[in-house]
Amino acid sequence: MLIKQLSVFVENKKGRLSAITDILRQGGIDIRALSVADTKDFGILRLIVNDVQKAYAALKAGDCLVSLTDVIAVSIEDKPGGLADAMDLLSDAGISVEYMYAFISKSAGAASVILRVDDNQKAIDVLSSKFKILTQAEIAV
Amino acid sequence: MGNFYNKAMECATLYEMESLQSFRLSQTVRRVYEKVPFYRDRMIANGVSPDDIKSVNDLHKLPFVMKQDLRDTYPYGLFAAPLDEVVRLHASSGTTGKQIVVGYTRNDLGIWDECAARALTAAGGDKTDFMHVSYGYGLFTGGLGIHGGAERIGMTVIPVSTGNTARQINIIKDFGSTLICCTPSYAMFIAETMRDMGITKNDIKLKAGLFGAEPWTQEMRHTLEEMLGLKAYDIYGLTEIIGPGVAFECEEQTGMHICEDHFIPEIIDPDTGEVLPLGEQGELVFTCITKEAFPLLRYRTRDIAVLSRDKCSCGRTLIKMLKPKGRTDDMLIIRGVNVFPSQIETALLSVAGSQPFYHIEVDRVNNNDTLEIQVEVSEAMFSDTIKSMEDVEAAIRRAVESVIGISAKITMCEPKTLKRFEGKASHVTDKRKLLD
Repeated sequence: MLIKQLSVFVENKKGRLSAITDILRQGGIDIRALSVADTKDFGILRLIVNDVQKAYAALKAGDCLVSLTDVIAVSIEDKPGGLADAMDLLSDAGISVEYMYAFISKSAGAASVILRVDDNQKAIDVLSSKFKILTQAEIAV
Repeated sequence: MGNFYNKAMECATLYEMESLQSFRLSQTVRRVYEKVPFYRDRMIANGVSPDDIKSVNDLHKLPFVMKQDLRDTYPYGLFAAPLDEVVRLHASSGTTGKQIVVGYTRNDLGIWDECAARALTAAGGDKTDFMHVSYGYGLFTGGLGIHGGAERIGMTVIPVSTGNTARQINIIKDFGSTLICCTPSYAMFIAETMRDMGITKNDIKLKAGLFGAEPWTQEMRHTLEEMLGLKAYDIYGLTEIIGPGVAFECEEQTGMHICEDHFIPEIIDPDTGEVLPLGEQGELVFTCITKEAFPLLRYRTRDIAVLSRDKCSCGRTLIKMLKPKGRTDDMLIIRGVNVFPSQIETALLSVAGSQPFYHIEVDRVNNNDTLEIQVEVSEAMFSDTIKSMEDVEAAIRRAVESVIGISAKITMCEPKTLKRFEGKASHVTDKRKLLD
């Protein structure tokens, strides 16, 4: 139950993030979650959106360098230690996290965490014993 | 073995060729001595008379002609035919200074057509081909030069010229173009636009491309061949000598055969002017021995090349020049090291997934030369993690350093943000020049 993340290459130049978000606005895309990883010269914008295909096509048409990445979306109870429990599971199973970011989900009392790991299947197996893994459709709502 | 346009000349023995060259050279020298005060004055100043030039072995006795001489005699000071015999003028763009103008008599145009026809034939072309000419038409020699050669063969010529790339691609597809000529950088732009339009190499009929007017690399050749589904041939020429067709590649693609029955090549040491033996690298010099209106003698091209008379599997005996690495005036001296932009292109394209869209910026910061190479990130190079992107950057940096021997800063740019070229590409900004 992997979901698709849009990864966009962004040069460290004035106005680039605004140009990219404008493309999404024009396309009527709703952003569910995002994170930016940056270096001195460039960044990678990672987006979870309501309509992946439409957003991908709009960014492509806008000459953005965009790719689709398989990530795991996991729902975690919004309470102290919730995320730590999930991390324990991954760590015990020897799974490395490349990056992650979280957002408060619309359903009360839950947070969602996007995980990019080195072994998706194994991560889903261990996480699903205690947590709910979200589908693309659930994220889209 | 492929076809020849003029087998007698293209496959002559060395004895036949040198006899013909000697005859034509002595006649041309005598004629320009009589008709052009510039040559007469220069020869007298150097103590050479037309009687001293009896064979190709006497060529070294003649003084050189430099680009500056063309500017100093602008516009018609070097013309050796009466202006009413001149039927066409062309001019060089003059990007590095005042423009220069050259003229052609009707015979000169005939020579040019033949040289271009030899090049097109060597690339596998014949009268059944549809020749798509994407070189610029106008004062630039590219468009009309290839056009004349293709018409001479009896091809169906499509004189598209440069620009409106989407329309070019529709024409290639709808008209069934089988041969194309343009600069290699414009070919790359066409290939890229084709991909964006969703047209693949299977949708078009191009079988060969003649790409010239700027130096390009083997790696660029492979990229173009793969993207456009054709065999890519190099073609060489310069306005001052005649235009495209001075030299051309055959199917062996190990250098370009020079039409030496019209243009005698020499390689010289650019510092001392001394003639270098075959196989040594130096500055290419041409002497026109058949042209009437603008027959340059010992013209220094500033192109760095090597000459070879090694036997060619195509059957041609015409002397070959190995792909020029670049022009002496394109050469950058960075931290005391000679660097040609083409070396950087070679290094760049050796990295998996890279494309020939780049820009080189040289600057001087605190009295130190800096070299920055801006590279467009391709889909194949892109990934969602910083680490893998930094690996790509490091791979490019290592490849560049191993080829040119000095370090460079690699800046990764978004697609289609670097300039595209329809004519000659300009890959370098040397900010140090602004400081001087």
